[in-house]
Order: sequence, then C-alpha cells, then structure tokens
Amino acid sequence: MEYLSLFVKSIFVDNMIFAYFLGMCSYLAVSKNVKTATGLGIAVIFVLLVTLPINYLLNEHVLKAGALAWLGPQFADIDLSFLSFIVFIAVVAAITQIVEMVVEKFSPSLYSSLGIFLPLIAVNCAILGGSLFMQERDFVNVGEATVYALGSGIGWALAIVTLAAIREKMAYSQVPAGLRGLGITFITVGLMAISFMTFMGIQL
Amino acid sequence: MKEKINWKEVLLQPIFKGNPVTVLVLGICSSLAVTVQLEGAMVMGLSVIIVTGLSSFVVSLLRNSIPNRIRIIVQLVVVALMVILVDQFLKAYMYSVSKALSVYVGLIITNCIVMGRIEAYALGNKPIPSLLDGLANGAGYALILIVVAFFRELLGSGTLFGVRIIPESFYAAGYMDNGLVILPPMALIILGLIVWVQRSIQKDLQEK
Repeated sequence: MEYLSLFVKSIFVDNMIFAYFLGMCSYLAVSKNVKTATGLGIAVIFVLLVTLPINYLLNEHVLKAGALAWLGPQFADIDLSFLSFIVFIAVVAAITQIVEMVVEKFSPSLYSSLGIFLPLIAVNCAILGGSLFMQERDFVNVGEATVYALGSGIGWALAIVTLAAIREKMAYSQVPAGLRGLGITFITVGLMAISFMTFMGIQL
Repeated sequence: MKEKINWKEVLLQPIFKGNPVTVLVLGICSSLAVTVQLEGAMVMGLSVIIVTGLSSFVVSLLRNSIPNRIRIIVQLVVVALMVILVDQFLKAYMYSVSKALSVYVGLIITNCIVMGRIEAYALGNKPIPSLLDGLANGAGYALILIVVAFFRELLGSGTLFGVRIIPESFYAAGYMDNGLVILPPMALIILGLIVWVQRSIQKDLQEK
C-alpha cells in the first residue's frame, strides 16, 4: 500500500516537470510530435529505472556517513557524501552508454526508434534530479527507490506526450508573432502545470 | 592560426541577442524552481556563472588531450568537480541559501548551458576566450533568473531581498499578495512573457 501511494504521488503530485521543472530542456526541444515524444518518454523511464536503484545502493553502502562500516570498524566514521554528485553523474553516463549498447545488440527495432535520444539522456536533469531527490528523501529500502523511479519516469513521459499532442493541435491556431514557438510553449506548460496542481491536495 | 577575436561580441552576444535561456532554450531545467526569492536567484546565477566560466576554461586547457570518443564523460567530470566546489562553499558560508536551493545546485551539472558552451565553444577555442564565453553565458542566464525572481518576489510576497517594498497602506486599502505567482506554473508563464517581449523587440528572432 505504501508503494502504491508513493507510485501515484511521484506520477501526479511530485511530477518531475510540473512541480520541479526537471528535464525541461529536452522536454521543450523534443515535444514537437507525439511519436518521438513517446520514444523519449520510454527511454527516460527505462534509464531512471536502471540508474536510481544503483545510485541508491551506492549511496547507502559507499557514500553516506558511516556507510563504509562494512569494510571494518576503522572505516566507520568516513563520510564521502561530498562525492555524491560526481559518482551519480558517472553512473548515469555509464548506464546510458551500456543501455544504448545492450538495446542496440538485442533489439535493433527499439534502438532505431530511441537511438538518437539515448545519449541525450545522460544530460537530462530528470535523471540526475531523481537521484538527488532520492538522496534527500532517505528512502528506507531499494524497493521504494525503484517504485519512485518508475513513478517519476512515467510522470515525465506522460507530461511530454500530452505537451506534444497539444503542440500538434496548436499548429492550426493563430498565435501572435512574438509568441510563436517558444513563448507560447512556455505559457502552455504553465497552464498545464496549473491543472496538475489540482492533484496537490490529495492525501495519500 | 591568427584569428582576431571580437571580445565585445564574445561578451555581449550571450547576454542579449543569443541569450542561452530565451533564445537557445538551454538550462531551463534548474532555473525556474529557484526564482521565488531574489536572493536565491542571485546565488544560483552567480554559481552558474562561476561553473560555466571555470569548466569552459579547464576543458579548453585540456581540449587537445581529450579523446573524442569519451569527451562527454571527461566534460561531466570537470563540471561535476566545479559544482562540488561551489556546493561545498555554499554549505560552508551560506547554509540557509544552500538549503533553500536544495538539489538544484547539484543539477547545475546537467544544466545544458554548461555542457552546451563546452561542446560549442570551449572545445575549439583558446582558454581565455572560453573563460569569457562561459562567464558571459552564465551572466545571460543569471539575468533571466533575476528578472523572473524580481517579478515573482515583488508580486508574490511584496518584498525584494526580504525587504518589504509594497507599503502597508496598500494592504490596508485591500491589496493582496498574489499567491499564485509563488507557485511553479507562474515561473513558466512569466518566462513566456519575457520571451514575447524580447521577440517583439528583436523581430528577427520570431519563428514562423
């Protein structure tokens, strides 16, 4: 039950895009049509799902204050948490590289549809942001971290697919010249975020 | 290679005409959540200026010895190093601001401005111009942050830097702070309006 509420919460209430603005760059750049947006969304879910548990374990057993105690009592008071940025980003970059190679080897069709987006994901703030939020929130076990990863990935994918759908329709409307393109997209996302705020009051 | 560098161009281009946020759409990720208070936005802007400047400088120094295939990882490590320095500095000297910025300081690593400038400029230019290019792009970013934060803090809480600007008599006459401006969506809408203003002035930026 706790997992379920964490899951729903990370999709709607703590939505990566609408509540924290994470992954905005690719969100705005790749939301011109629904098909590519879906591809990128799936790739983000996938990478989040792989990197977050790994970073969680690293944080618990290597980086946290006192986490190295399993090496022996003389390591018990070492605090490596200042290294967490560099470790997390290295894991994210390495995992995206591995995921790219594995997908290319075993599922060429998926690779050709995700292909160009996979390397981009290494610098997607949503992935690193997920890891940093995980560190800040102190999840109790790796299961919670995994559920959080899945939920926030789905939330991100949902947001990009809806925005892409809206932008496809927007091609038919009369937008003031200065607002065309970027400006109106910002305002659309703002309005979408207001509608997502209605989920905020939900108590889970 | 005796290329004359136009210093004015390097410095001013990123601040107005080629602003990384409103024109190139880079680095929006971490920028909007920190604009509720002007102070936080200032600190964030400064951190980004320092990180982009220094990491462009370092990568440019290393540019001839980085193998092309693994350059992304090398760049990420350099950037992460700078961000760790900034983060530790903030934690030591400005703890309350560092708490308010929470994960967004760490997210400077994946701020597309930093990586974008390294890829586009520092890899092909000498260290000093790269340093200036990084600083100027950081400044363009900081400018937008400060403008957004100015409106959000003024309209949302009636203060600037925590000092009350809107006089009590206004409140007595029925004026109320706009709570919506503090919430995340309005940051996007304000940014959209800034883009609109900029594109109405510089017509050549308009999209068809």
